[in-house]
Amino acid sequence: MALNIMQLATMFADKNPGITQGHRLCPGCAAPNVAKFALMTAESLGYTPVVGLATGCLEVSTTIFPYTAWNVPYIHNAFENVAATISGVETAYRALAKRGRIVDPDKKYAFFAFGGDGGTYDIGLQSLSGAVERGHKFIYIVYDNEGYMNTGNQRSGATPPGSQTTTQPVGKKLPGKIQLKKNIVEIMAGHENVYVATVSTSEPMDFFKKIEKALQFDGPAFIAAFSPCVRFWRVNDDKAVDISKLAIETGYWPLYEVERGVYRITKKVKELKPVKEFIEAQGRFRNLLKRPDADEIIGELQEYITRRWERLHILEEATKDKPIR
Amino acid sequence: MADLKGWKELAIGGVIDKPSTAKEYQTGTWRVIRPVYKPENCINCMFCWLYCPDQAVEIEVVDGKPKMKGFNYYYCKGCGLCANVCPKSNDKLPEEKRAIVMKPETEFQD
Repeated sequence: MALNIMQLATMFADKNPGITQGHRLCPGCAAPNVAKFALMTAESLGYTPVVGLATGCLEVSTTIFPYTAWNVPYIHNAFENVAATISGVETAYRALAKRGRIVDPDKKYAFFAFGGDGGTYDIGLQSLSGAVERGHKFIYIVYDNEGYMNTGNQRSGATPPGSQTTTQPVGKKLPGKIQLKKNIVEIMAGHENVYVATVSTSEPMDFFKKIEKALQFDGPAFIAAFSPCVRFWRVNDDKAVDISKLAIETGYWPLYEVERGVYRITKKVKELKPVKEFIEAQGRFRNLLKRPDADEIIGELQEYITRRWERLHILEEATKDKPIR
Repeated sequence: MADLKGWKELAIGGVIDKPSTAKEYQTGTWRVIRPVYKPENCINCMFCWLYCPDQAVEIEVVDGKPKMKGFNYYYCKGCGLCANVCPKSNDKLPEEKRAIVMKPETEFQD
């Protein structure tokens, strides 16, 4: 069943999809939408979501004492262990179900773990890798805002080169971050029996479809969601969706999925726009653009993105109908 | 929040025993620009409802179809995302033909 917006609106006209109003994320933040889309899909397909949340923007601003913006079972976590916790929850559920101690055994549960890019790319990577390797049935969703935005824009493994951060500012000596963004999708796709996909809130239908696929997949799933941080990307409050669209059109955030080693590009862009458009739209690259070597750095990024795009097409061709197991 | 509780009245470990208590918290005070809904121009595409990060767009179901009702200003933070994603509110349209118009909060009395 493919969901559409009208169905979902009818379904959720008078109730909240997991996450409720009154959270204190910045105006225009994309992170609550990532959670909303995911939980909405799960609930509309008859699952009861259980949420674990790693420390990050979403966690600290939805659960400020004595308030909580969640109306589903929820577990608070430290930065590094959300995947470990949710795998524990899932195992406990299976153990109790085996002993017949679940009150309503017909109820379907969906175990969600949300983490920011700091809690996924850097700090929580080993627990995530472990949980995926053990094959627990859960869905890990990273909302990637490319930095430690909760504590005020520090550099993370997801920050793109040339971006202004407080720990690697753009100055006379250094052009901001030098290294490329870590390719988390490939890292996760390196595990066996896993469903990995990239999503963006600017493509809601694609988003719902991938969550649905992840829910029905027999094993762990990892979803990387592009989630612009309006505050520290220095864009206007209403630009989160526009920036996401631009990221897809420039090939900066390709939408694809890897299911047991089979690649599939879900959003084909006929001709990629130059990545410079994406960079110029954001204030965090303003200081980079002032530097004399700006074109060189952007050129390197452009080359990387073009090659990655070509590589994806080759992989799609080569792995078609050839799952690893 | 009504009154602050002392440590003796609080649950052990600061456990919050009720779900979605954040609904009591008014985030509408953050707003500097206000979305104003014009029902005559709306096509009920539900994009504003889908994208509102604060779920401040109120809808109702009429004859099995969702209809936009208006904004809940108790929660709306005034980000303007609804007007940006609205197909009937892009910059090319004149203001009287848009379904959502962003206006500065200073124009309103309440």
